[in-house]
Amino acid sequence: MSKSLYEKIGGEAAVNAAVDIFYRKVLADDRINRYFEGVDMERQAAKQKAFLTFAFGGPNKYSGKDMRDGHAHLVKNGLNDSHFDAVMENLGATLKELNVPGELIAEAAAIAESVRNDVLGR
Amino acid sequence: MIHYDQETYKPEQNESVLDCLLRHGIAPPHSCRSGICQTCMMRAVKGNPTPVSQKGLKETLISQNYFLACSCIPQEDMEIALPDTQLFRKTTKVIDKALLSPNVLRLRLAAPDDYRYFAGQHTAIFKNKFLGRSYSLASVPGIDHFLEFHIRLLPDGQVSQWLQHEVHAGYSITISEPIGNCIYLDRYLERPLALIATGTGLAPLIGIARDALHKGHQGEIRIYHGVRTRHDLYLHDTLLKLSEQHSNVRYIPCVSRESVALPFHKGRANEIALNDIGNFAGWCVYLCGNPDMVNTTKRSVFLAGASLQDIHADAFIHSP
Ligand code: HEM
Repeated sequence: MSKSLYEKIGGEAAVNAAVDIFYRKVLADDRINRYFEGVDMERQAAKQKAFLTFAFGGPNKYSGKDMRDGHAHLVKNGLNDSHFDAVMENLGATLKELNVPGELIAEAAAIAESVRNDVLGR
Repeated sequence: MIHYDQETYKPEQNESVLDCLLRHGIAPPHSCRSGICQTCMMRAVKGNPTPVSQKGLKETLISQNYFLACSCIPQEDMEIALPDTQLFRKTTKVIDKALLSPNVLRLRLAAPDDYRYFAGQHTAIFKNKFLGRSYSLASVPGIDHFLEFHIRLLPDGQVSQWLQHEVHAGYSITISEPIGNCIYLDRYLERPLALIATGTGLAPLIGIARDALHKGHQGEIRIYHGVRTRHDLYLHDTLLKLSEQHSNVRYIPCVSRESVALPFHKGRANEIALNDIGNFAGWCVYLCGNPDMVNTTKRSVFLAGASLQDIHADAFIHSP
């Protein structure tokens, strides 16, 4: 059996390595950082780990409905495609910084892309 | 068996703590149910959580038996609690009281038997059964035989005024179980520590500094104490002495509301520390005191390179 994307990227260790870099980018990104403020940073970081695990195709039980419910309060606050694109950009830049090969980055991006409509509540 | 909130529950074979509670109609906060989002974190008061259920948690939490209820299939009897609950109370005696500055009172209590705590944690001090306030421990287990607190005296503070005016040596006082995650980690021995406090936020940080030194800390330790006027630098002499005794300790007194000359620094402690250190990659950062200071500084030091794993904070909220 071929290895999963999650295994190829490096599993939990990769998530741990990526979370600081990704979250630092998000907080520094004026297009989207307002969505990540006000919540306890440690709780937020755990959620970013959940996001990265999801994007890497790692073990999770999130459904499309969970994504919809989990972001509904953000959609109410104007979350749209431009914000989604910004998150995708930060994800790509994070993986690049970690020297993840381009084809794996593309796979992760495709997984995240697959829930665009759920995240944006459409 | 799982003991939770005065009740006992029997998990089925291979059933997680969370699933067992949910099946009994109890819903602690939870979300992903796969051990990632950390929403369902709980603390084992008795019995050991499984290693799997502690994966991904901060080490300060692991050392206090925190675990994720969704990924813990209990292997033994466990008594569990939600995070931040303080389960037991103990009564002890006041040893000594002294004013450290016009508005900071040092209170020392006899350490009750079996009172296990980490330097930097906090406990509630109760005036009566229903009225308690949280105070950080400034003492260090293994060095001090007493518990020390630095009580900020608020003009309308129900507990602080009572401690100042009515409580004397020999008085019996009730305190809660200690909790809190602002504690020293043994793996920091060689790492530089930045301890940034405002006001009585210094209490847990002097505890952490002395705990680190007691454990043989080799890396640099910088202690930034932020106050309004020089009179508020209530541990000035103690900290000067500490920095003379240990070549790796630097004490930086920061005064924001009056002009001062060296060795005092004019400005806010967090801003002075950010300027002074610049790149925080590799630094272990402890922040205690004013909630605005704590929250903005968490973010600033993270953006300046500190790893989230290595930022520990305790925001003090002063209520009357
Ligand atoms: C790219 C696709 C995305 C995926 C796969 C994703 C996934 C997730 C996951 C798994 C969680 C944790 C949910 C939980 O268990 O509590 C989460 C939370 C969160 N996400 Fe996303 N997300 C995406 C896009 C976005 C975007 C575009 C934004 C905003 C710019 C965003 C902002 C947030 C915030 C603020 C939280 C925390 C909410 C809270 O505090 O409860 N996400 N996301």
